[in-house]
Amino acid sequence: MAFLPNIIFALLLITALFFFTKNILSIRRNILLGKDIERKDQSKKRWSNMIRIALGQSKMVSKPVAGSLHVIVYIGFVIINIELLEIILDGLFGTHRLFAQYLGGLYNVLIASFEILAALVLVAVVLFWTRRNVIKIKRFLSSEMKGWPKKDADYILYFEMVLMSLFLSMNAADLLLQNMGEPHYIKAGSFPISQFIAPLFSSLSIESLVILERIFWWLHITGIFIFLNYLYFSKHLHILLAFPNTYFANLSTLGYFKNNPAVTAEVKLMLDPNADPYATAADGAALDKFGASDATDLNWVQLLNAYTCTECGRCTSECPANQTGKLLSPRKIMMDTRDRLEEIGKNIDENGTFQEDGNQLLDNYVTREELWACTSCNACVEACPVDIDPLSIIMDMRQYLVMEESAAPTDLNNMMSNIENNGAPWPFNNQDRLLWANEN
Amino acid sequence: MQVPTLAELTAKGKKPEVLFWVGCAGSFDDRAKKITKSFVKILNKADVSFAVLGAEESCTGDPAKRVGNEFLFQMQAMANIEVLNAYEVTRIVTTCPHCFNTLKNEYPELGGKYEVVHHTQFINKLLKEERFAISGSHFKGKRITYHDPCYLGRANQVYEAPRDLIRKLDAELVEMKGCKSKGLCCGAGGAQMFKEPEKGDKDINIERTEQALETQSEIIAAGCPFCNTMMTDGVKNKEKENDIEVKDIAELIVTAEDL
Repeated sequence: MAFLPNIIFALLLITALFFFTKNILSIRRNILLGKDIERKDQSKKRWSNMIRIALGQSKMVSKPVAGSLHVIVYIGFVIINIELLEIILDGLFGTHRLFAQYLGGLYNVLIASFEILAALVLVAVVLFWTRRNVIKIKRFLSSEMKGWPKKDADYILYFEMVLMSLFLSMNAADLLLQNMGEPHYIKAGSFPISQFIAPLFSSLSIESLVILERIFWWLHITGIFIFLNYLYFSKHLHILLAFPNTYFANLSTLGYFKNNPAVTAEVKLMLDPNADPYATAADGAALDKFGASDATDLNWVQLLNAYTCTECGRCTSECPANQTGKLLSPRKIMMDTRDRLEEIGKNIDENGTFQEDGNQLLDNYVTREELWACTSCNACVEACPVDIDPLSIIMDMRQYLVMEESAAPTDLNNMMSNIENNGAPWPFNNQDRLLWANEN
Repeated sequence: MQVPTLAELTAKGKKPEVLFWVGCAGSFDDRAKKITKSFVKILNKADVSFAVLGAEESCTGDPAKRVGNEFLFQMQAMANIEVLNAYEVTRIVTTCPHCFNTLKNEYPELGGKYEVVHHTQFINKLLKEERFAISGSHFKGKRITYHDPCYLGRANQVYEAPRDLIRKLDAELVEMKGCKSKGLCCGAGGAQMFKEPEKGDKDINIERTEQALETQSEIIAAGCPFCNTMMTDGVKNKEKENDIEVKDIAELIVTAEDL
């Protein structure tokens, strides 16, 4: 029975990793439901993009307060994960502070830095919570943030508060046991923060302290496993997906909107007097649909964008339409895309293949009013700390509305027929283009 | 005003240094035509050999593309590219950031590869090459705020060329709350110019005009005919026409140099 804790731990670890892998594969499957797009070129530039923006958090700090708090939580998350490795090995082998014997003095430095980071993370997370719940910053209060998105954001913060508190309390109990000379608790580590928590437990007996330390240890690691599997159900996937998302991001200048090659082929054919009008039917590469009316009409990078979005709302707070009270919110476009894709994914899980469900991204999620309010100013794209491109989705959906449904607002239809007939968006005669030269 | 067309020059066996792409607003809109004429005055002052396409120019297709009509956009683009390539055009300057962006970024893939510059970049180059100089003190010490057109700024990272010119006017450049990469759109982009805005609390150009008014400037400098219209409307709406003017940078230079 001595190995019972090791076995329980191993089972817990395997279960956590099993479900985590399953969830990640399901997200990957959903993302790959998107159309293909070439985003594997220029690997050098892509790596540097990822290192600068995801690893280096370069776009986060454009908002100094939220940016620096985020950097603290991010560094804390990355560094404290080193400790996680030791915790897992201890759990599997029944050891205690396994790394101490190999790292010597460095071990004390590491534990001390984990403690300081944990305390800083705790402070940052409390401030984040305050920003969302007490200061009530506008971008956290938009209509798309009501209900689950609001709860989700708070749950994540509570998770982190609890995990950091457990980590520090575990160390505090450990420190007391080390000082009391309990043989299993070897003298290792330096505890600049938890030494102040230790007095809370100092009246307890060795036996009670051992139980308390074990409870903290088990709750902490179980909490981490639960959090790992909560990611899939939350907006928090950016901690993983920010990396591929910045790698596969659009590298072209923001003003370039992609030219549809299928349209190019057709236009060339129309302009070529010698073209054989029946020739295209043969190549069979005809496009099934112009633009996007559903999530699966988008490309896989746009779908990856949707899963990466952590709903911070920097896009929405910079959006000129949103700032002036229009319905459009770039963040909602991303959330809608993800929600619809999830719905499609569940449909496939249940039926084997996708069965028509009468829903689509257009109208059921994103309204036309939102799409027509966009000025294509790129403020949302510029603002996103992880290079998400809501504008490309808006443009693809507008393409569907105009090219498949001829459903542009009347004013825009007039503008387009002017271009077609007179070569200008207004009803002027093209022959009069140079009249200005003769006017005073 | 003498404005040679590329057809005329070609007939005479001449090749201009640069093609001035006037754009639809610059050709037809009364306010924008003033910008066009100002820029021509600068080109003449600097003795630049240029030409326009005149009736052979047609909409670049930008508003059609931003609306989502890829087909109409590419029809326009291909037709324009055919004309430009037939004349073997290599350099284009334009006073419209929308034309600038489309010609520069979206035409190359369709067979139209040119060196495309915005007029503020072009004027800077003329100054650098000492082909003309800004010496007038008309704007000395005046507060001027500059509104970044989205398709020049964020879309193409051209932030400094227009600002350099304002500084050369000896004016005091005052930035708005949001500027450069954080500049607020005037509300005209994405073909919004041609339709009524969706319902909301306020029109975008009013919001931007309010930001401009906060700077206590005498002039809002613009680099786009559409921004110019939107900001002018905004100023009228706020009944501030007597306090603040909306001017293209080319117009400011023409005033300073009394061209």
